[in-house]
Formats: sequence, C-alpha cells, structure tokens
Amino acid sequence: MIERAHVLICSGSNCIARGAKSLHDEFEEHLTRLGIRHEIKLVNTGCVGLCEQGPFVIVYPEGVFYALVKGKDVKTICEEHLYKGRIVEKLVFDEALTENKEVKAFDEIKFYSKQTRIALRNCGLINPDDIEEYIAKDGYRGLGRALIEMTPLEVVEEMIASGLRGRGGGGFSTGLKWKYAYNNESDQKYVICNADEGDPGAFMDRALLEGDPHSILEGLMIAGYAIGADKGYIYVRIEYPTAIEKLKTAISQSRNLGLLGKNIFGSGFNFDIEIRLGAGAFVCGEETALIASIEGGRGMSKNKPPFPAEKGLWGKPTIINNVETLANIPEILFQGAEWFSKIGTEKSKGTKVFSLGGNIKNAGLVEVPMGTTLREVVYEIGGGIPNNKQLKAVQTGGPSGGAIPESLLDLKIEYETLLEVGSMMGSGGMVVIDEDSCMVDICRFYMEFTVDESCGKCTPCREGTKKMLEMLELICSGKGTLEDIDKLEHLAKTVKSSSLCGLGQAAPNPVLSMLEHFRPEFESHVVDKVCPGGVCKPLIKYIITDDCIGCRQCAINCPVGCIDGLVKQLHTIDSTACIKCGVCKEVCPVYAVISV
Amino acid sequence: MKNITLNINGIDTTVPEDYSVMRAAEEMGYNIPRLCFLKGINETSSCRLCVVDVENLKGLTNSCTLAVQEGMVVKTDTDEIQESVVQNLQLLASNHVFSCWTCEREHNCELLDLMKRYNVENIYGESENFTKKERIINDSSFPIVIDSGKCILCGRCITACEVHTGLNILAFNKRGNETYVGPALNHNMEDSGCVYCGKCIQACPVAAIKEKSEIDFVLAALKDKTKKVVVGPAPSVRVALGEEFGSKIGENVEGKMFKSFELVGFDEIVDINFAADLTIMEEGHELLERIKSGKNLPLFTSCSPGWINFVEQYEPTYISNLSTAKSPQQSGGIIAKHYYAKELGYNIEDIVFVSIMPCIAKKEEARRPEMESRGTRDVDYVLTTREYARLLKRKGIDLMKLEDAKPTGFLAEYTGAGVIFGATGGVMEAALRTVSEILGEEPSKIDFTPVRGIIDIKEATYKLAGMDINIAVVNGIANIRTFFERMKKSEKEYHFVEFMGCIGGCINGGGQPIHPAKIQDTVDISALRIQSLYEIDKNMELRKSHTNKNIIKLYETMLKEPGSHLAHELLHTTYKARTFYK
Repeated sequence: MIERAHVLICSGSNCIARGAKSLHDEFEEHLTRLGIRHEIKLVNTGCVGLCEQGPFVIVYPEGVFYALVKGKDVKTICEEHLYKGRIVEKLVFDEALTENKEVKAFDEIKFYSKQTRIALRNCGLINPDDIEEYIAKDGYRGLGRALIEMTPLEVVEEMIASGLRGRGGGGFSTGLKWKYAYNNESDQKYVICNADEGDPGAFMDRALLEGDPHSILEGLMIAGYAIGADKGYIYVRIEYPTAIEKLKTAISQSRNLGLLGKNIFGSGFNFDIEIRLGAGAFVCGEETALIASIEGGRGMSKNKPPFPAEKGLWGKPTIINNVETLANIPEILFQGAEWFSKIGTEKSKGTKVFSLGGNIKNAGLVEVPMGTTLREVVYEIGGGIPNNKQLKAVQTGGPSGGAIPESLLDLKIEYETLLEVGSMMGSGGMVVIDEDSCMVDICRFYMEFTVDESCGKCTPCREGTKKMLEMLELICSGKGTLEDIDKLEHLAKTVKSSSLCGLGQAAPNPVLSMLEHFRPEFESHVVDKVCPGGVCKPLIKYIITDDCIGCRQCAINCPVGCIDGLVKQLHTIDSTACIKCGVCKEVCPVYAVISV
Repeated sequence: MKNITLNINGIDTTVPEDYSVMRAAEEMGYNIPRLCFLKGINETSSCRLCVVDVENLKGLTNSCTLAVQEGMVVKTDTDEIQESVVQNLQLLASNHVFSCWTCEREHNCELLDLMKRYNVENIYGESENFTKKERIINDSSFPIVIDSGKCILCGRCITACEVHTGLNILAFNKRGNETYVGPALNHNMEDSGCVYCGKCIQACPVAAIKEKSEIDFVLAALKDKTKKVVVGPAPSVRVALGEEFGSKIGENVEGKMFKSFELVGFDEIVDINFAADLTIMEEGHELLERIKSGKNLPLFTSCSPGWINFVEQYEPTYISNLSTAKSPQQSGGIIAKHYYAKELGYNIEDIVFVSIMPCIAKKEEARRPEMESRGTRDVDYVLTTREYARLLKRKGIDLMKLEDAKPTGFLAEYTGAGVIFGATGGVMEAALRTVSEILGEEPSKIDFTPVRGIIDIKEATYKLAGMDINIAVVNGIANIRTFFERMKKSEKEYHFVEFMGCIGGCINGGGQPIHPAKIQDTVDISALRIQSLYEIDKNMELRKSHTNKNIIKLYETMLKEPGSHLAHELLHTTYKARTFYK
C-alpha cells in the first residue's frame, strides 16, 4: 500500500546522542493511538547534516523540517501535522520559515540550497538498512554500467577523466592511482576502503557509512572491477559501532541479492567484501600503517616507495580509497565523467564534504562544490559566528592542516589554494575560530593530539612533536622567550621535512601556519606575557568591572570562594586565590567578569 | 645486472641497479649518517638521519632504502640536511642517558660518534623545560639487560631477533614517545622464551641492550689472595679479542691473549679448546653407542647453549636426542676443579673458574642448577669477549702491544679439532675425525670440507662401520626452525646433527666485539674469524681430539674411559622441558 506521508527521523550518531533513539517509538505509539499508523511510513535515515539543530524530523510530502525535536514534541507533530494537517510552526527550524512565517521545504533552506550533495546524495533521505531504497535512488546503476558496458581499463580512464582526487587528505588523482594498480600484474589484488576517520571533530565518513553504506560498497566494487581485484576490505574503527552495524547489514543484503559474490550481473566479475576493525589509532589512516594493521601487525607506517598500488596488502597490488572518495564513484559512473568534471574548478573537481564545527551557528555536515569560498561556507551555509563575535580564523585539515586568517576568507576551496596558505584540504574538518580563542592554545591542542597519536617509529615525529608540545606549553605558560618561538619554528620545519609518513610530515602544519599568520599572538605571550584570546590561564587575570550589579551569582558559584562582595555592591576577585576556572565569567548575567 | 648512472653532489656515478642511494654515496666516499639501517636486518628507515635531497622529491628522503634511478640528482650535504641531522640527533639525545664514561659502548657507540661528528649539543636533555622519558631497566633475566635510558628506538634489536631467530622475543611496547623495547607487554626477559643468542646486542648501536656484567666479580676474585683463579678462553675468543684493540677483523691474537692472562693475574689456564677435545671424546662415544643401539637417533650436539634453550622451550620432544655431554665451558670448569686442582695440589674450594666466551647464553648455562658437581659450581663467572677486553682496558693493558706468549700449564694444550669448535661445522668435523679413526676407517680423514662454511643447512653422508651415516650441520635459530620443519616432514633418517644457535657458529656469538652497522654491512666478519680458526687448525701438529696427550692422560689417571661411571657423573648433564610466557 502507499502511505500518504513519510516521516524521516534523523538517526545519525549526533542526533542519537541528542535523544533521537526514542523518537521512532514515540511516533509508533502516537500514530497507533490516533489510528493512522498504516497511513504513515516511518523511516530512520542517516545524518541530515545540520547537527547543531538535531534531532530532526522531516515530514513529506511537504518537506517540513522540524528541528530540535524532543520526545514530547512527537505527540504534537502526530496530532497536529499528521492527524489534522496543520504544520507545527514552533517546531520548524527557524531558517525554514520565511519572513511571512511560511514554511520552506527542506531543500530550500539556505543551509542546503548552497550545497551540492553528491557524496551525501542519499544521506538523510533513505533508510540505510534497506537496499531497496538505495536501488530506488539509482543505486548500483553505476556498477551496472561499469560491469556491462565497460572494460576495466575504460572504467579507469573514466575515473581519470572525471578528475576525482582522493578525499582523504592527500588529493592524489583517484584514476591515476587505479591505473597504477591496474598496470601492476599480479595473481591477486586488493581494494581497501579507508574508513579510519580520526581527525578530532571530523565525522564525514561516519555520516556516509551510517547514512548510505551501499554507496561505499558500490564504489569499492567498481574500484575492484577496474583494477582487477576480487577482494575488498573496509577498515573501520571500532569506535563507529553504528557504522559497522550498517555496513554489515548492507553487505549481507548485497550478498542476498547477488550484488556481492560470484558472477555479478552475469558479467563474470566476482567480488566480496570483508570488514576489518581498527582499534582507533589515528596513524592507521595512513595507508601503510592501515595495511600493517589489517595484516595483524602493529599500526606503524612503512617507507614509500614501494607504494601500495605496487606492493600493498600481503605484498599484492592494493589501492586504498577513502570513504568519501568511494561515495562519489557510483554517481560518476552513473552520470558520467563529463558531468562530474563540470562541477568544481579546473584542478579540483566535484564537491567536498566538510564537518563544520567550532564557533559556528549551524555546525554540521556540508558538501560544497570545489571553488566555493570559505566565506560562503562560514556565513551563508554555517550561519556565521554566534553571539556576534568576530571571526579569527578557519582551521581546515584538523591536526594536519593549518589556520586560515580572516583576511583570506575569500579563498576558493581547492587542494592547491589551501596548500599555498599553509593549510590543506585534509579529510574535511573545518573548525571556525572566533576572537575569544588563543591560537597558541589551539596549536597546543592539536600538538597534544599528534603526540598521542604518533606511532613512535621515526625520530622527528616521536620525539619532535613532544618537544614542540613542550615548547608550546612553555609559551602558553608565559615562561617562553622569543628565542623559543624561533626554535619552535625551526624544529617544526625539520619534523615536516624529515618525518617518515604523512602524519609526521603534516604534524607541524598548525604550528607553521599559525606562526605565519598569527606570529604577533605568539609574541604577546612571551614578550608582554599576555594571552590576547584570554585563554592561557597563567597569563590571564579575572576582574569584575563596574557593570557588576552585585547579584552574588559569581561568588556563589566560585569553587574556591575567592569572590567577595555584598548584595547590590561591586564584587571583587582575590586573584591570589583564584584558580582561573572561568565559572564567574560564565555565570555573570551582565558580562561584568572579564579576563585581562 | 644493469648499471645506473646518477648524480651525487654534482658528480656522476655509475652503480649496479640494486644499489641504494646510501650505498652509492658511501662507495664514493661519503659517510652517510645512520642509526637504524642494518642491511638485510633493519630496513625500516625510522631514524631519519640518512636523509638526502633528491631533485623533484618533496622534503628530504631517507637514502638507506631509496633505490637508485637513472638520472637521479641527489645532494647529501645541504644546509637543510645538516640542520635536519643535527636536530634529529638532538631529539634522539633528549632521552638518552649520557654517562658515556661508564658505558659498555664508550669506544664504539654509533650515537656518540654522530654527536661528535655533528657537534651536537644536548639542548633538550639539559634543559629543565623538557621532560625525559621514564627510564626502565629490564634486568629480570640473568644474561641480558635492556636499558630504556640508552635506547634510541632504532628497532635493530627487534628485527635482528626476527631475522636471526624468528622467535620475535622483542617488540615495541606502548606508542609514540612512550615507546619501550622489550618482550611483548613489557614482560620479563626471564620467561619471554628468549634463547639468549644475543643477536639483539650485536645489532644495537648504543648500549641499550647488553650482557649483565661480571667484570667486577672477576676483578674481586683476582684480588683475593686465597683464591686460585683459573681462566678458560673459548676457541672463538682468540680470533676476535684483538678487534677491541684495533686489530684486523678475525686476526689471531692467541699469543697476546695468553700473555694478557699472565698480566691480569690469572693463576692457571684450562683452555676451552682442551675441554672441547674432551667433549668430543664423550660425545663421540655417545654417537657410537647410539648408532650401535639404534636408540635416540639422531644424536644432537649440545655445545651451544642458545640451541639448548631453543630445544627445551620450543622442541622439548627432542630432548632425548640431545647429547648429554656437557659443553666445553662446563667441562673446562669440571676439569679445573675436580682434576687439575688435585694435580696441582690446590683445594677445590679455592678454585675460581672464569670462562671467556663469545656468547651470552653461556652466562645462563653456567648458572643452571644442574651445572654443579659435588657441591661446587662448575663455572663461577663467565665473561664475554667484550667484557674481557673491557677488563684489560681497565687494567691498562694494551693487548696489541703485548708479546706472544705460550700458555702455562698442561691443560692449555689442545688439538686442531678443539679449536674449530668455534665455527659452524666444527663440532661435527671434530667428532668425525675421532669417530672415523676409532672405527678404523682407512684412510681416516682430516678435512671434512662439506660441513664447513656459512651455509644455512649442510648435509652429507659418510660411511662409518659399514653404515651410511647421515649428518647435518645447522646454524642460526631461524635455520634450525626451518630444519625442524623439514625434518618432521621428511623420511630421511639422520644419525648426527650439529646445531649452533648463531649463524657461522660461536665466532659470531652475541658476546663478540661489535662493529658499527656500516662494517657489518660490508665486511663478512664471521667468515674472516672462521678463516683464522681453520688456519690455526691447519697448522696444528695434532688435529684429532683423541690424540691429545693430556686427554689420554686424563682418562688414564681419572676418568678411565669415555662414558665411564665417573665421566657420566662429572661430564654429562640432563635437560628438561621449559615453559615460557606466551
């Protein structure tokens, strides 16, 4: 039977964390109670993208976009919208309402209308546990075209023509990588999906695996066909249990339909996929370490060459593609390289998914055509900085990337342009940093991450990152000197040029780019002993201005009781006892507590 | 092989296509710094010191594993490279404990050499602003100590263990800057399954993994006027000891060694070469008995304690095949205490027997509970060749300046059969020389060349007493493992197999002088030492153990005959299956 309405419930991990798990049951309960359960189809989808506003419920056919939905709101939606046909305006996402309080459809919202969703094409729209829904959205047609109409070499050529470049960070041409593996003759070859997403704050791959697992399988199968591999591995971190579950379901469904296994589509092509779980080491996202991990060894990088395309898994030619790269492939094969190559810029084709985070209103997942400016992403899609704060920088590429200052915000997003300003595309983390942040402290944060994640094999990364971290800590504590800044820069350059693998080579990027763009901020720490962002504890002091209304909130909340003052009188902080926890600043209703 | 022409520092050079850039540069006379690369063993390119600048390649590239390519343009000495090497040395130095004057490797530390060459200051290690990694010393096993305070995490010991033994005893533990080398999960060395071959020690560029020193005990014994200190040098010591004093590799310094014993103050000498002759008498007898009875064949030699450790832990079902004859080291101690002391009129309690061994496992062998006879330890202290060299240096004795001397005492006399014990195939050859003669094979042979040479597994068949006797000679734990796999599958019946834990035999033992990686890569150290041993053998008047007059006398006056009741009590031992942490 055909239902009159579809209710899409975002079940991405972010929405689940915000309580979306109970929504489905609530809908079941209320729809059944109202006697309309059979008229409505409930679909648990993957991530919708606008995570800041989740959990979401999207009701079709109208495409009404309900945001921040709580369990108790379900009753209202069922009774008002689904039973009586009246849209519940107060629950609709505010950007989905026009000035005249008319409800815009989901895809007309600015957050989405500026995006071009290729990799994310199905995310949030289909039930990832149902292969039929994927097929209904033209799934497996790309594979069909490859297997039936094209030779492996033609598929490789098509990929080269599309201009797709690796979305995992390096940006190497996917087609050329395939060609290299295609040309290496061997009795056995492998394809691997790198789903070891590890950048702090990045969750593009997780959203794709959870929201559209079949697109990854299809991409991997096409890759296998192209290079002549009949075995694929998906290397996914164990911290992604939902993704693993969805993948398992997807694989078994594909096997049941004969989409995985022997003689797929009667073409004579055999292919099967195995999931391998990673323990969560960041370095295992590096190709050679990933291979070592699959082989059962310690996750440590190896020297290249030989490249995996020549000698990879178990010594056989292997290609490793990132999740997002693979998600693009079925669509490229289905719509053709020409279609794809028209999107984006001359050297960077297609789109890129970013996890937009930090000091931004609409934090979440966005997919934009290459060539979009950072300003568009931050202000038009992201909705700008909350609390009318000034933007200081945008950090792309996570701990391997760099900070791009406000002055370069009109930079077009491309592999090369980002490299030129000392950052990199990376896998797609995009952190927006506002004026209240300290760049030295952010450097320290990323370096802490790298120190933790260094595998310990090569000297510069193992010891150098630790020393850089200690230098940054010295600067943050106000004990550093100008000489220390020079030493830091010096060491960063050596670590970059002499490290064994990508992790170490990219680890100094935050330091180097921030020194390039924000050197005065470093210098303030060591010369004036001031942290301009008001973050580095040893360098700041909390004081209460005359704006104080004497409400005693700060004094009550101070964990060490160092704030004195009578009701309705100016309070004072005893800085000798103050532990600089910042609670007073947070609780003050009139912003009278400031750090200097 | 095809040749490749590349340009290094502006000069064209043509080298075979299998060369690395490092090798090409080194053959031109450039000294490329390195701390991790050890050819065929550790090719992980982790130290990042051998970096070069290759045209059209981003950043700096390690040259150790970089294959030469036609037209490649390489620079080995730019400011950036200098800077990078210095900074990486500073980083390596930051966690290193610089107490070089007390260090076992003060004369051949590869890190110190580079620190000197690049004039590196320990800026991090000496600054309070930087933390030092916690120093962990794993000294739970008797012979081997792992000291993280010296370790630079090059990984050579780990791969050396992997390549030479296949047992993978050592591994990196933890991650990042908290990485430690040791048995998995930082378990004790003692029950790690280690056979104590010491290949890890030979590979270490610093003194992060080393033998537990017994020098001080020996010095104390030498000072003690009530003690009679008897020294027993192993066959291989005399062709390697000089290397610690600048001799050519493998130079025979036997005469100088004997002179040094006088100067140091040893009271008597029982040459382990003599004890080796004795071992042949017992083991040869055992072989004959077993061939006659057909029981417990094949007979396995038992001189190499690394090999014994392997059997007891990994192939315990073969324990009954082991010769029960004690190794020459232990026999040496027994003879010193239970025979020689009496002959010389000493009290057995006053004898201190010190052996000098090319081996790490010998230290552990001497400490086995079963290596005790009539209430006294067979061997009191075991020094490695390196330790003896250190002792000499501490005593201010420059070995190479000494005159050659003849050893004192009649137990320093040996035959050529005893001296070749130090080489792979040597025990087999020594046994064959004696056994074939006892069995009256005519003409009895001296040179059994098929068992010689550094080949993984050697096999031959000899006719003895009208029978075809199948023998094999296997050296190196990894090869021993291969041999066992093969033997278990094969139908072939072996009668006598010689096993040595180290490739090349004792001359390449874990206690021998250590050479820097570059020398290890380019010089066949084992072959040179073996050559010297066979040279000594060739020039000996007596080359068969049973012709050693003092061996004959020993049997006449005390032991009666090989395999006698007394011989069994003193010169034979037992083995037991041992477990380890898995």
